[in-house]
Amino acid sequence: MSVEGTTSKTPRRPLKIERRERAVIRFAGDSGDGMQLTGGQFTATTAAVGNDLATLPDFPAEIRAPAGTLAGVSGFQIQFASEAVFTPGDAPDALVAMNAAALRANIGDLPAHSIVVVNVDSFKDIDLRKAGYEKNPLEDGSLDSFRVFKVELTRLTRAALKEVDLPTQSIDRCKNFFALGIMYYLYRRPIDVTLNWFAEKFKNKPKLIQANQLALRAGVAFCEATEVFDHVYEVPAAELEPGTYRNISGSQALALGFLAASQKSGLRLFQGSYPITPASELLHELSLYKNFGVVTFQAEDEIAAVGAAIGASFTGALGITSSSGPGIALKSEFVGLATMVELPLVVVDVQRAGPSTGMPTKTEQADLLQAVYGRFSESPCIVLAIRSPADSFEMAYEACRLSLTHMTPVMLLSDGFIANGTEPWKLPDVAALEPIDVKFHTDPESFEPYRRNLETLARPWALPGTPGCEHRLGGLEKSDGSGNVSYDAENHEKMVRLRAEKVERVADDIPELDVDGPQKGKLLVLGWGSTSGAITSAVRRARSDGHVVSQAHLSYLNPFPKNLGDVLSRFERVLVPEINAGQLALLLQGRFLKKIDSQTKIQGLPFGTNEILDRIVELSEAS
Amino acid sequence: MAQTTLTKKDFQTDQEVRWCPGCGDYAILASAQQTFADLGIERHNMVIVSGIGCASRFPYYVDTYGFHTIHGRAPAVASGIKIANPELSVWIVAGDGDAFSIGGNHVIHLLRRNIDLNLLVFDNRIYGLTKGQYSPTSEFGKKTKSTPYGSLDRPFNPVSVVLGAGATFVARSIDIHAPHLKRTLKAADGHRGTSFVQIFQNCNIFNDGAFEEIREKKLRDNNVLELEHGEPLIFGKNRDRGIRWAGPGVPEVVELGKGVSEDSLVIHDERGSMGYLMTLAGMKPPEFPMPIGVLRRIEARTLDAGIHQQIEEVSAQKGPGELEKIIYSGNIWTVGPVVGRR
Repeated sequence: MSVEGTTSKTPRRPLKIERRERAVIRFAGDSGDGMQLTGGQFTATTAAVGNDLATLPDFPAEIRAPAGTLAGVSGFQIQFASEAVFTPGDAPDALVAMNAAALRANIGDLPAHSIVVVNVDSFKDIDLRKAGYEKNPLEDGSLDSFRVFKVELTRLTRAALKEVDLPTQSIDRCKNFFALGIMYYLYRRPIDVTLNWFAEKFKNKPKLIQANQLALRAGVAFCEATEVFDHVYEVPAAELEPGTYRNISGSQALALGFLAASQKSGLRLFQGSYPITPASELLHELSLYKNFGVVTFQAEDEIAAVGAAIGASFTGALGITSSSGPGIALKSEFVGLATMVELPLVVVDVQRAGPSTGMPTKTEQADLLQAVYGRFSESPCIVLAIRSPADSFEMAYEACRLSLTHMTPVMLLSDGFIANGTEPWKLPDVAALEPIDVKFHTDPESFEPYRRNLETLARPWALPGTPGCEHRLGGLEKSDGSGNVSYDAENHEKMVRLRAEKVERVADDIPELDVDGPQKGKLLVLGWGSTSGAITSAVRRARSDGHVVSQAHLSYLNPFPKNLGDVLSRFERVLVPEINAGQLALLLQGRFLKKIDSQTKIQGLPFGTNEILDRIVELSEAS
Repeated sequence: MAQTTLTKKDFQTDQEVRWCPGCGDYAILASAQQTFADLGIERHNMVIVSGIGCASRFPYYVDTYGFHTIHGRAPAVASGIKIANPELSVWIVAGDGDAFSIGGNHVIHLLRRNIDLNLLVFDNRIYGLTKGQYSPTSEFGKKTKSTPYGSLDRPFNPVSVVLGAGATFVARSIDIHAPHLKRTLKAADGHRGTSFVQIFQNCNIFNDGAFEEIREKKLRDNNVLELEHGEPLIFGKNRDRGIRWAGPGVPEVVELGKGVSEDSLVIHDERGSMGYLMTLAGMKPPEFPMPIGVLRRIEARTLDAGIHQQIEEVSAQKGPGELEKIIYSGNIWTVGPVVGRR
C-alpha cells in the first residue's frame, strides 16, 4: 500500500494501546462531504462490537449551503462506551475536520489535548477566507493545545484510488471514508461492517464499491504505515442487558410504535402529514409499510393533514398526524374539534427551535405549553413526552392506547434530538405487547353519541356504515347524552367540566412517577423529554462524587402522574432542567405551589452532562 | 342498489331546521333528501361533511352520518373519511366563502386528487352567518357591511377555478329549480371522482335577488341554458335561441329560424376542450344565458382507489406485513446472558 505523502518522521516502535471506558468523537465537514454517512458507519460498527452508544447529527438547514462556509458545516457526534451511555457526549475527545470551516465551527467545543484530524488539502487561502480565518490556524500556533494530525486527505485518497476508473470528482467524494479508516484505526474498530455496507449500497455500481473500499482500507493502511498515532484506544464492549438489539433513530422507533399499535388494536393506521423538518422522517418511514395496510396521506397543508386524520378516525381508523412547532400551531383548531367531537387522534410534535421558523434543524423543548394549553378556550388534551430515540416506540404505542381508550386527542412530544439521534434499542417481545382493546358501538337500541363510559367518561365510537347508529358530530356544543346541538348555559359548563375530567381520569390509567434514589430528602432532579440522558449521566456522576441526589423523569405531562404532588413535597429542592425558558417549572409551580429550581438552556442544543452536574453540586452544597 | 322502501322522510332528522324563512337552503335540502331517497343510498352508508356557514348546518338536517367540521376544512375531513372507507357515499356541503375563500386551497387539491365524493357549493355570493360581508364570489363594487363604498375585490368564477384545478365533474344548478337540481345531484352521485356542483342559492336577508334573472320562473327560460351532452346549445322559452361560434373561441347568441339552423350551433361536449369549457364558464346574463347542468364529465384515476390498489400491490409483492419481522430487521445483534460482545 502506498504511503506516499506522509510527513511523519516518527521511528517505528510497538503500538501502545490505551484502554478507555468511553470516547466521544465528532465528524465535521461540508454538508456535501458525507459526514452523516460516515458517522452512521462508525455507529453501525460500534454497535456491532458491542459498545453502548448514543449519536447526534447536527446539520445545517440548507441542503447545500455554499461549500466551504460556516453555514454549510455538517456534523455527527457519537459517544460509545464499555458502560451505559445516556447522551451523545459533551465534548469530543477527537474531531475530524474535513475543511477549515468545519475546524472553525467545532474547535471551540474541544477540551485541551483533544485529537484533531484535519484535511490539510482544504486549508488553502480560499478555504481559509471562506471559513473566516485571517491566518492559517494550522500554522499560527492557535491549535498548540490540541493534538493536531494534518493529513492530506484529498491527495492521499486520489493516490490510493488512482487505478480506479472514475472521474476525479467521484474519487474526491471517497475521502470521508479515508477519514473513517483513520478513526477505525485510532479506536481499533473492524472495517468489515462498512466494507459489507458498500457492497450492499452500491450493488449495481462495482466501481463505487471498489473506490470506497479502497479509500477505507487506505485510511487504515496510512495509519499503520506512517505510525501517525503514537498510541490508539481500546473501548471494550459494554455489558448490555441480555437481549436482541438494533441501533435505531427516534423517527424509526416512532414509526414502529405506531405500526405496532395499529397491529395490536386491529385498526388501520392513517397518517395525515405535511413535510416539515424534523418531522418528515416519520412520514418517510410509515410510507414504507404499505403491506401493513398503512395509509400515508401527504396533504396540501398542515391543516388538511390533521383534518384527514380526524376524518379517518371517524370511520374507525387509527388517525395520527405529525409535524413540528409551526405545523402544530396550524393544526390547533382541528385538535380543538377532535377534543369537542371526542374522537381518537394522536398528534406528534417533533419540537425544534423557534419561535417562527427559528432554527429548524436544532432541538428545543419549548412546545410544552403549546401542547398543554395551545388551543383556544377550554380544550384539554392528553400530553406525553418521549425521552430517547428507543423510547419513541413505547410512547407511540402508549399514545395510541390512551387516545383509543379515552376517546380524546393525545399530543406526543418528541424533538429534533430524539428524532435524529440513535441508540441501541433492546427489541420488545412482540407477542407479549399488551393488545389495545377497541370496541365499536353497533347496537342502535342503546346508542346515544354522548352517552359515556362511567369509568373513563369516554363516549361510544359508532362508525359510519353501522345501521341504526346514524348521528351527526360537529364543533357546536353538544347536549350531554344525545349529542344534539345545545346552547344551554348549564349544559355548556357541564360539558366543559366533563371533557376536562375525562382527561384528568387518565391519571388512573398511567403509572405513578418512579423516583430513583432516596424517596425523600434534599434534592430531586426532575426532567421530561430528551433531557433524560444528560440528567441521568449527571446524577450518576454526582452520586459517585458523594452527593445525595434523587432523580425522576416525567413521560406524562397531562395529566401528571397521581403521585407527583406527593413526590415534590418530599424534597427540599427540586431541580428541573429543560431546553426552554422554564415551561415545566411554570406548570409545576402553578399546580403544586412548589418552589422549583429551574435550569434552562435555549441554544438549539441539548444539555451537556457537566452543565447539569454543576447545578446539582451547587444545590447539593448550598443546602 | 335502488331500494323502493326509502322516502324523503327517511332522510329527515328530528332537529328543527334553523335557516331564515325564505332561504334557498330549504329548497336545496328538500331536493337533496328526495334525491338521496331516489338513489336508494342506505342511510348508514352515507356521510355528509360540512365546514362553517349557513350551508354547513346541512348535515344536522339529514338523517345519515354527518360531520359539521371547521371553517373551510370539510374537504380535508371528507378526504380522510373516503380514503379510510371507500365504501361510504360522501357528500360535502359548503358555502361560497367556505369553499372558495378560507377553504380554497383544500378545494383545489381535492379536485386535483379526484377523490370519489361529491362537493356541493351553495353559492349565494355573500357571508350570511356572519351577517352580510362580501364573499369571494361577490361582484366587483358590491356594497356590503364590510364594503360600504363598494368591494374592490374581483370575484372568483367557481366553475373556472375548479376547471383549472382539474375537476373531472363540473355542474351547476339552481336552488329552486327542483327537477334540474335533482337530476344534477343524481349525475354527481353517478360520477366516479370528485363531483363539483355549484348551486346558485338566494340569501333573502343579505343578498336578496342576486340571481333573480335565472331563478324567477318567468325570466329563467330566457336566461338559462340547460346543457345536455351531445345536444346543441339551445335556450329560450320557445327554444328559439342558440349559441354558435362567431370566431374561434368567441360565442354569440343567435335566433333560430331566420336563416340560422340548429346545425350551425355549438354542440355540448362534456369531454370538450378546456377552451370550450372556460368559454361556457364565462357566459352569463345579460349578454349570454347562464349555462347550467353538467359542463364537464371525464373519467380519471381517483386517489382513494389508487391508495388501496397500491396497498394491495405492495402487499402482493412483499407479502402481508409481519410486525415481528419488521422490528427484528436491520443491523441486529444479540447480547448473551453473560457479557456484551457477541
